[in-house]
Amino acid sequence: MASTHILSAYDDELKYLSRRISEMGGLAEQMCSDAVRALVNSDAALAQKVISDDVILDHAEREIGDKAIVTIARRQPVAADLREIVGSLRIASDLERVGDLGKNTAKRVIAVQGTGVPRKLARGLEHLSDLALVQLKDVLDVYATRSAEKAEAIRIRDEEIDAMYTSLFRELLTYMMEDPRNITTCTHLLFCAKNIERIGDHATNIAETIYYMTTGAQPEGDRPKDDSSNTLGAITE
Amino acid sequence: MNMMSESAVEKALDQKMSDASHKMIGKDVSVYYGEKRALFDVNLNVRENTVTALIGPSGCGKSTFLRCLNRMNDTIENCRVTGKITLDTDDIYDQNIDVVELRARVGMVFQKPNPFPKTIYENISYGPRIHGLSKSKADMDQIVEASLQRAGLWTEVKDRLHESGTGLSGGQQQRLCIARAIAVSPEVILMDEPCSALDPIATAKVEELIHELRANYTIVIVTHSMQQAARVSQRTAMFHLGQLVEENDTDKMFTNPDDQRTQDYIMGRFG
Repeated sequence: MASTHILSAYDDELKYLSRRISEMGGLAEQMCSDAVRALVNSDAALAQKVISDDVILDHAEREIGDKAIVTIARRQPVAADLREIVGSLRIASDLERVGDLGKNTAKRVIAVQGTGVPRKLARGLEHLSDLALVQLKDVLDVYATRSAEKAEAIRIRDEEIDAMYTSLFRELLTYMMEDPRNITTCTHLLFCAKNIERIGDHATNIAETIYYMTTGAQPEGDRPKDDSSNTLGAITE
Repeated sequence: MNMMSESAVEKALDQKMSDASHKMIGKDVSVYYGEKRALFDVNLNVRENTVTALIGPSGCGKSTFLRCLNRMNDTIENCRVTGKITLDTDDIYDQNIDVVELRARVGMVFQKPNPFPKTIYENISYGPRIHGLSKSKADMDQIVEASLQRAGLWTEVKDRLHESGTGLSGGQQQRLCIARAIAVSPEVILMDEPCSALDPIATAKVEELIHELRANYTIVIVTHSMQQAARVSQRTAMFHLGQLVEENDTDKMFTNPDDQRTQDYIMGRFG
């Protein structure tokens, strides 16, 4: 946004949207990192906090939606302004989903509390979540600068998360085969891993939205995928 | 079924537009008002069966360009036009061209509705009569009805054709002026801010009319309302300081224009 509108109130409305998105992003990031920490440390209190924070995120998404609708109705935005507002709506809904995934992970903390999480799996999950949270943090930084090139770079990085998720999936299967008593915990952890992997996908969505907001063009080509867990049946042999 | 055929018509029109023959071609058009240069080497082609919107801030030359297309600038003293404008293959600034004939082919609708202070019927019949387009009274009745039909005004005025045209509401007067322009079977219709004096309902009716007229005519419209340009046109040309800044598909223009000046103008930003 190089120049300002003749109507300064219009600028204020756009700034409001972008400030609320950044706030949502900060909270969603915090929730996800707390959820994983609560999981590996069996910290029920922290998990509970994540669950209650989700309400704030839901509320913020609705508020951004309302404000965007009012701005569209009042200003009839076009070109970059229109893309900015539509982009805000999409990013807000991605961030709201990220919050839900954090909350779902937090809920599982209570379920796996009795057995605890095996150290090796905990490390794997932490590593996966580090990757996803870096994606999320970076994409929020890119949102602040609106750089199309950086958005493109983040989009490509999602491959790493997918590969890590596939390897964790394989590991969890191995644990379950070793001892059926592990199945309950491992299934929960599998969902947690899937949640974290989905966070990466939402970060990628946001990167694509930023690219569109900035350039007016959709990013080219399919997004890179390295998630082969859906074909991992043959591992039982 | 009906919906489908309608969208098929729309599609056919769009197809027609994309391989569009250019109805009018403006090449290196410059206009001077005395010493002052108002247009700088504008190259702009008007596509057939297309609504082309000319936008830009006041004094940018959009109306000046529009008025070149049927030589309305001839009526302004000290006004000089250089470059070349063709209608189909005819050079409209050629010495041998009959300007009255030209203005029948390229009709015009103005900002303020300006019906003649005569009856509704006479407002429409005047043009066809002086151009000798009808052979009989029945013939003329037919032209009047068809023109009013096309302008979407027939049902509103059919019982008072012999009342004064100036007694109509502003929106009706403007549609009467459009009917008057249509009556001489023009090929191109120029509109200079046709809705700026109308309320939103009358504006919507005129816009709906423009949309329908596109099937049979080529339309060029100057408007200060960006939303109107976005609503009614398929092509948009942006003028600034006497220059053509950008000409593009309207959809592209209002979602992702190529030129920064277009972007700033349509978004209401400081340049």
